[in-house]
Formats: sequence, structure tokens, C-alpha cells
Amino acid sequence: MSEAHAPEAASHDHAEVDRHVRAALVVFGSLLVLTAFTVTAWSLHLPRRSAITLALLIAVVKGSLVAAFFMHLISEKRFIYWVLALTAALFFPLLLFPMLTAPGAVLH
Amino acid sequence: MEIPYTVAARPDTGLNNGKIGIWLFLASEVMLFGALFASYVMLRVGAAEWPAGATYLNVPLATLNTVVLISSSVTMVLAWASLVKGQFGRFRLFLGVTILCGLAFLVVKYVEYSTKFHHELFPSTNTFLAIYFTLTGLHGLHVIAGMAVNSWLWGPGSRMWKTDPVHFTNRVENAGLFWHLVDLVWIFLFPVLYLL
Repeated sequence: MSEAHAPEAASHDHAEVDRHVRAALVVFGSLLVLTAFTVTAWSLHLPRRSAITLALLIAVVKGSLVAAFFMHLISEKRFIYWVLALTAALFFPLLLFPMLTAPGAVLH
Repeated sequence: MEIPYTVAARPDTGLNNGKIGIWLFLASEVMLFGALFASYVMLRVGAAEWPAGATYLNVPLATLNTVVLISSSVTMVLAWASLVKGQFGRFRLFLGVTILCGLAFLVVKYVEYSTKFHHELFPSTNTFLAIYFTLTGLHGLHVIAGMAVNSWLWGPGSRMWKTDPVHFTNRVENAGLFWHLVDLVWIFLFPVLYLL
């Protein structure tokens, strides 16, 4: 089989890489600010339900930023999205099942 | 025999072998940590009482480690970007900083662990500490693995830059994807274990 397609790394032009780096630096600042929010929210000693919701919400936003910009998922090939969709379809039931089978036990 | 698609993208997926391989591996890693997070939830909802993480754990040190890992993710991106632009010296600088950040993370973790052991707090002490040591220990092993790969790419593995720069750049990108996953896992470990 011949390698008819252009190498992936060669397809990144310098301007595209510079845009990627600028985005990464903005994400870096955002992650630091969100970390400060997380610790500040913890120091306020909110009710447990609110504290859990807020901390996990911030963690989801931070994780999404890392996945989207550092791991390039914002502009990735469809095959990878399918791999991750299958992973999510298995991951979330695994994570949620214990909570659903013991309603209210953790959030009071 | 030449192995196809080590550098060029397959026409059907648009991806080379390495990229597909690392994403399938990362998917398995998500399931590994997912199983342990599910175990954490199960232990917590089944417990009569659950201690606040800060009762046992050092929040300022964990915050410092969060900043260290986030910083290392950025330097990893900068290392890859330097290679794409043909700047090998800057690549080595940024990857070196990434490795040092990993080392700093482990030193802080060592301080945390040794303090626990000094106070006779072990995995066998209670369920909270058992899952804390399991999750952070497994995460720490991933930091060590990432540092090993990055050190190889910084040192002897970087010889490939002279013979096959595109392939080498792809390797660094794939190592970066693993390193970002390590960062991503810590982003969830930090609030779940230390703050809630």
C-alpha cells in the first residue's frame, strides 16, 4: 500500500500552530482562574449539595477546556469522536449506577 | 516490509496508526479511572459517615500540584508547537520544563504521603484513605510513566528528529495526549478527594 496522503504533522502550517498556541495560553489562564474559583468556593463552606454541584461543574468546565484545546478535540477526526462516544456510553452508566441505586445517600 | 500509515493518514479514518493507537489507549484509561471513580461513589454512598477531604489532606499542597500539572500541560503544547515550526532547541526547553513539572508534582506528592505515614495514616486506616491512596497512587504511576516517555523523547528518542522529523513530531503529539489525560484526571481527583 502506498502512503498517498500527506503526513499529518506536515499539514499544520505555522499560522495554524500560532493560533493553537495562543488558544492554549488563553486556556491556561482560564484553568488557573477556575482553580482559584474551586478553592474559593470550598473555603465558603457551602451546603454539601451546593458544594458538590459547584465543584464538579467547575471540574467539568476545566476538563472540557483541556480536552478541547490541549488534546485538539475541538477539531479532530470523526473516528476519534466515535471512539470517545463509545467510551462515554460505557463510562457514564458505570459512574451513575451506584448513585442511582442509592438515591439521596450522598447529597444530604 | 514497510508498515503503512506510520506517518501518513489512512484514507478512511484520516489518521495515522499512532494517533488511532493512542486514542484507543486513552479510552481504556478513561474506563480504568472510571471504574475507580465509580468505586469511590459506591463506597461514599454506602458509608454511614464520610469525612471531609481536608480533615486528612493538605488542600494548599494539592492546589499547588494542580497549578504545576496545568502548567506542564501548556509547556507540553509549546514543545509540540516548537517541533511543528522546526525549532528543536525550544522543543527541548519546553519538554524539559514539562518533565521538571512532573518531578515537582511527585515531590509534593511524596511530602503529602510521608506526612500521612508519619501520622500513622495508611490505606488500611479507613475507607476514605484506602480510596485516596488507590486513586492518587495510580495517578502518580501515570505521572511517572508520562515522565519516562517524555524523558525518552527529550533524550535518546530525539535522534529521530534528524532522520524522520514528521514521525518524531507525531510521537511527541501522542505523548502529549497521554500527558494531558494525566492532567485531566487530576482536575477531577482534586475536588473529589480534597474538597468534597
